[in-house]
Amino acid sequence: MTDLTASPANAAAPRPSSLLTLDARTKRRNAAEARFRMMGAIAVAIAVLALVGLLVSILGNGLSSFRQTHVTLEVFLDPAKLDKAGDRDPAKIAKVTTFGYAPLIQAAMQTAIEKAGATTEGVNAKQAAGLISDEAAATLRRFVMAHPERIGETLSFPMLANGRVDGYFKGRVTMESAALDRNISPEQLQLADKLRAAGVIEMKFNWGLFTAPDASDTRPEAAGLGVAILGSAYMMLIVLVLALPIGVAASIYLEEFAPKNRWTDLIEVNISNLAAVPSIVFGILGLAVFINFVGLPQSAPIVGGLVLTLMTLPTIIIATRAALKAVPPSIRDAALGVGASKMQSIMHHVLPLAAPGILTGTIIGLAQALGETAPLLLIGMVAFVREYPGAPPEGFFDPASALPVQVYNWTQRGDPAFIERASGAIIVLLIFLMAMNIIAIILRRRFERRW
Amino acid sequence: MSVGLIALIVLGMAVVGYVIGRSRSLSLAASQDRRLHSLPSYYGQAVALFTAVPALLVLGAWLFVQPIVVETRVSEMIPESAIPEGGALSLVMADVRRIAGGLDALMTSAGLSEGDLARMSAETTNLRERLGGVGVALGSDVSAPVFEAAKAMRAANNAGSLAMTIAVLALALVAGGYMLSRVSPDMRARNISETFVKALLIGASTVAILTTAGIVLSLLSETINFFRMYPATEFFFSTVWNPQFRGGSELGIIPLLWGTFYVSFVALLFAVPIGLMIAIYLSEYASKTVRSLAKPAIEVLAGIPTIVYGLFALITVGPLLRDWLAQPLGLGNSSSSVLTAGLVMGIMLIPFVSSLSDDIINAVPQSLRDGSYGLGATQSETIRQVILPAALPGVVGAVLLAASRAIGETMIVVMGAGAAAKLSLNPLEAMTTVTVKIVSQLTGDTEFASPETLVAFALGLTLFTFTLGLNIVALVIVRKYREQYE
Repeated sequence: MTDLTASPANAAAPRPSSLLTLDARTKRRNAAEARFRMMGAIAVAIAVLALVGLLVSILGNGLSSFRQTHVTLEVFLDPAKLDKAGDRDPAKIAKVTTFGYAPLIQAAMQTAIEKAGATTEGVNAKQAAGLISDEAAATLRRFVMAHPERIGETLSFPMLANGRVDGYFKGRVTMESAALDRNISPEQLQLADKLRAAGVIEMKFNWGLFTAPDASDTRPEAAGLGVAILGSAYMMLIVLVLALPIGVAASIYLEEFAPKNRWTDLIEVNISNLAAVPSIVFGILGLAVFINFVGLPQSAPIVGGLVLTLMTLPTIIIATRAALKAVPPSIRDAALGVGASKMQSIMHHVLPLAAPGILTGTIIGLAQALGETAPLLLIGMVAFVREYPGAPPEGFFDPASALPVQVYNWTQRGDPAFIERASGAIIVLLIFLMAMNIIAIILRRRFERRW
Repeated sequence: MSVGLIALIVLGMAVVGYVIGRSRSLSLAASQDRRLHSLPSYYGQAVALFTAVPALLVLGAWLFVQPIVVETRVSEMIPESAIPEGGALSLVMADVRRIAGGLDALMTSAGLSEGDLARMSAETTNLRERLGGVGVALGSDVSAPVFEAAKAMRAANNAGSLAMTIAVLALALVAGGYMLSRVSPDMRARNISETFVKALLIGASTVAILTTAGIVLSLLSETINFFRMYPATEFFFSTVWNPQFRGGSELGIIPLLWGTFYVSFVALLFAVPIGLMIAIYLSEYASKTVRSLAKPAIEVLAGIPTIVYGLFALITVGPLLRDWLAQPLGLGNSSSSVLTAGLVMGIMLIPFVSSLSDDIINAVPQSLRDGSYGLGATQSETIRQVILPAALPGVVGAVLLAASRAIGETMIVVMGAGAAAKLSLNPLEAMTTVTVKIVSQLTGDTEFASPETLVAFALGLTLFTFTLGLNIVALVIVRKYREQYE
């Protein structure tokens, strides 16, 4: 008050201001306002750009992995080489190693080149066969072992092309880089071009990416996600079977029965803390307790599933409690009023009404668990696994890989073809996650009731 | 008998128990011409619960305890002389375990009988070769006491699983039969089965406590083992990290902590202002259409697994920063760097910060806003001078939570930050973090009793303590702040 009365001098001099023209101070304030708003918009733009950049980078690197270069050859299954005795005895055929099959492929390649008129200077028979993956001989051998009666026939086989040839058609390998490469020469690539024009080499959808097991460092073209997808599926099954009942039971107790005392406080604090414990710490727990103490095998889906269960529990408990809380007390009161016990009111009325919320939370928890990598590294799931795990429940104890771990594994390898595979695997992982989240959203939209 | 089969049998018995209990209650009520205390299904439920639950609990406990008992008994059999110079008992025991496991495979593949095995001795048979033939690789030849211990372990394991089968099935029969014998129209079956179910619910809720206890105990015990082999002062105060698997390693945590904090700092520097501005813009300025587009996009960012961010850092951000920033400035030429990992981690943290801040900004009462507008403040002045100061404690809590996530993040730093433990200020140089070293020390084939492996547990404990502390402080701040306006 005193301030106002003490400054009559200012008030006496009327400022030439109008509401219609902005004075300097208002302009400054308005500019500050616009700047602030701009900063907000920029922040949103940065986040959206980051998302777009992330997706573009992954898609750009990975989409090409869904197509793979195949070489289709007419292979003569020469009885003189595969079955000298001629009695089709599987034990004797098995004695012919993969190396014994290489000449067949080499010969088939020569015939194909001659038929296509693609003879190229500076490429000998061995180099021409080098266009084909080393994996092809093993595949051929497996076929012959399964069908010994077809020895002597000439059959058309689609075979994987070498990773460099595949890279050449996808633009990853160029003539210049091939000149410096020990594994491929520019002449071989010229031959590949001619064969492609003749239709011997073609790009096909890469089913192997989804079904084949991992392959060694030198055969990126043969590496697939089969074992990893199966391992991840096993782990999700374990997480679902363990985490859902335990999580729901714990939430029912905490939300509906628990008295307010020290013990329940302790449980609550524990749950909120577990939700924030770094995932790698759960990996250490799994290593120390499940592997070293209990003696479960390394790399097994059962250990991964248990670790991920412990990690997912807090998420499921928090979601379930929110869903239980959302059921209005009038439902409980009505049930109790007609003579139901407390357990009956919950099991028969509250729980079914909360089920969509619980399922949504569970799916989101599972999606989190599916993408989790760090704890699985510690329990040995990085190991190179080529064998498919058996059928459950024994299969839970067989070594397996997991989708995100397979991605990590491939990024640690030398050949750039593995980066393409890793990005492809990420796309597969993201599609799974997207599907799970969409199911969760649909469930929520369809069944969620608002009171 | 395999564990799965036993569990299946027990469950089958429970189903049978349910059916018998239910029909028995009905027939008793009919024959005695009385009304049942509870619905008939509760009688069946009580029998089923008594059949299955105690038996399955014993099964679980047995699986847990048996290996420990067998190990201690067998390890007593191994004389001092059988432990090689400089080796540890645990290494010998690992061999014993592997041989014991391999013996079964050997017996089936070679068609040996129990008597053949008892006559087999380490002196007469080349065990190493024969076990190698069935896929059990051994590092050295098998000595007589080790082989005897392995035989004893196998015998004890077999006896144990036989005893387990009998005990579990007997318990299921006895407990189920007891409950069945008590079925009568007077029995308060509903009360019994509800109390039982409630006990199960309480049991489920203790899993959280058991998990925390498991984490703390496993970290603590191995960390104590580590400090027995390696001085604690060296670990906490040495500035050199140089593990040597031949021994003589220097395992100082300081360079790792420095890398961790540096990366987290860069990430927060990026994520906090952007996340906060997003929260402000979306809750105060954005039109409905912008909001409905931007909000899900940012939530998608939150749902992406960290391995995807790691790959993004490895194949895109790292090379980009190296080619456009590090090499032109001459500050480094590695694609993995503190800045790479920090930036990508920052992107990961944006949705985390923005959704927390969104909650906090929305919790500021409307009356404060209205008061400010009434005094003629513009929207940005209201936000900066009224809302943010009011929301400050909550925002600090959110930042602390984000910091705890940043410190514990693993995949982004494993793939983006590098592996060299360095104390440097240059953000374009590769540095390493606590989580990276936990991964690198615990993956691969390493002997479990060496300080180089055990150090991972000490690192894990440090990490756990840091994140736990940050979380608790953050939760306390956020909770206090919420109370203020409620």
